[in-house]
Amino acid sequence: MGNDIVVWVEQFEGEAPGASWEAMGAARSLAEGQGGDVIACLFGDDGLEELAQEAFSYGADKVLLARGASLVDFRVEPYAALLEQAVKDVEPEIILIAATFRGRELGPALAVKLETGCIADCTALSTEDGQVVATRPIYAGKLMSRCTIPERRPQIFTTRVRAFGKPEPQPDRDGEVVELEPTMAEDQIGVKVAGFKETEGGVSLADASIIVSGGRGVAGPEGYEPLRELAETLNAAIGASRAAVDAGWIPYEHQVGQTGKTVSPDLYIACGISGAIQHLAGMRTSKVIVAINKDPEAPIFKVADYGLVEDLFDAVPALAEVLREKLQ
Amino acid sequence: MHIVVCTKYTPDSEAKMSITEEGNVSWGDSPLIINPWDEYSVEEALLLRDEYGGTVTVISMGPEEALEALKHAVAMGADEAIRVWDDACAGSDTLATSYVLAKTIEKIGDADLVLCGKSAIDAQTWQTGAALATRLGCPSLMYTIDITELNADEMSITVERLLEEGRQVVSAPLPAVVGTIKGINEPRYTSFIGIRKAAKMDYPLWTLEDIDADLQKVGPSGSGVRWPEVFEPPVREGEAEIVEAETVEEEAEILVEKLLAEKVV
Repeated sequence: MGNDIVVWVEQFEGEAPGASWEAMGAARSLAEGQGGDVIACLFGDDGLEELAQEAFSYGADKVLLARGASLVDFRVEPYAALLEQAVKDVEPEIILIAATFRGRELGPALAVKLETGCIADCTALSTEDGQVVATRPIYAGKLMSRCTIPERRPQIFTTRVRAFGKPEPQPDRDGEVVELEPTMAEDQIGVKVAGFKETEGGVSLADASIIVSGGRGVAGPEGYEPLRELAETLNAAIGASRAAVDAGWIPYEHQVGQTGKTVSPDLYIACGISGAIQHLAGMRTSKVIVAINKDPEAPIFKVADYGLVEDLFDAVPALAEVLREKLQ
Repeated sequence: MHIVVCTKYTPDSEAKMSITEEGNVSWGDSPLIINPWDEYSVEEALLLRDEYGGTVTVISMGPEEALEALKHAVAMGADEAIRVWDDACAGSDTLATSYVLAKTIEKIGDADLVLCGKSAIDAQTWQTGAALATRLGCPSLMYTIDITELNADEMSITVERLLEEGRQVVSAPLPAVVGTIKGINEPRYTSFIGIRKAAKMDYPLWTLEDIDADLQKVGPSGSGVRWPEVFEPPVREGEAEIVEAETVEEEAEILVEKLLAEKVV
């Protein structure tokens, strides 16, 4: 068994999410400490050559690339089987996978196939006495846990989105591309993809660097309109509290908190959100938090960096107006 | 149609979590409840049963506290409930837990569909569903937000599942493991009659021997992951700086200056 690190780079329509490059950066940092190569695994069909170059620029030393009709869409069966084969050939010490929806499904499936451990949603990785120590949030970040995989190899980790910095791409970096054959034929795969309904417009919560979020204070579905205008100005994603989602004002995809998404943007603007412990659990690691709320006693002001004690329907448009001027 | 739902007990999501002087996790006096995510799978199982007929069996690997999860599912309307436990199961990670659940489902024998929540709100690994599907050699359909078709004659299922960019529409043969997420349904409240039924219900305990499990594959010896240390995260310091001015427009100006200085816009 060598000391190489495999990173699975996910792609959708030939594009990789920032989260995969964050995982690549984490792999690069581990490799600086323990030696070994960083090997990217890239499965799909069209556009993989460009992605392979991108993988080199973000820190891969080598790319294992597999293409085929059965690999166009992510499905656990063919992807896990292929990754298992690649891992058996490479014998890496470590496998890193971004903790996206796909990654969170692929990681544990691969762990079962390899009969090894998979530590989910890591927010920090370090090496102590030749052993990787992972830090991860539990109970929605109310507590943290340090975990290891002491006996089994390889060690699999999924990296929480935006927990690791995205490396600066180095366009002059290059490496070797090795082609792999898909291991499963289409007729061996049970799951068939019948279509894809893309979310209409807007920025995804998971990798947004700015989130504009609305709670009970938006008072109805139309109350999100000023928030959307502010979000458009900032190229931000729209978030929501559980109260707003439960009231049916906005779909669940937007919910931030313990029973929604955990986010960690550079800027989180909470509009009309009181700051229930469940909501705070999902956004407390944001770099800067702005709270806009009529109620000066709202708990959200306890975690916010800046606060406006104002009606959001006055403050949000005013903020959008100023930003439009300044950011032009 | 025999639908099996995997559940887990957790502290209430409102619980204030802390670490005791002995280094153990404490949820104070908060109650133990069914993992909130599992309520969606129980509800979906009941809806499917009512439409297609059949039985809903809930299972949970855990000590006696796991009865909280099973009782809640029965009070909602589940037909059967089985607890699986042996002290050797303590310290199981998702690799070992998925093994025990898979052996339990194999012992049940005729499961057409297995449902589970997307994740448990305690350890939050999101792993058990996909690991279980792989153990059973079944299709893995995690993050399902809509079961659009269940064809009992052809034994197939079509679902919409959530990915970052939107919803992937997939079909698969049964048996399959479906992971549900919020938005798929609105879990019902338990009724007085349901709670009474749950109180009177018999909850068989299956041991590792009952499910023919290999002792080496459960607990720490069957696990890859160890978690030697749990700690409280550093608290976010202090109170917000409240921006105050004559008009809201001026406040907006001041705030934007501060955000520009922080380099976050």
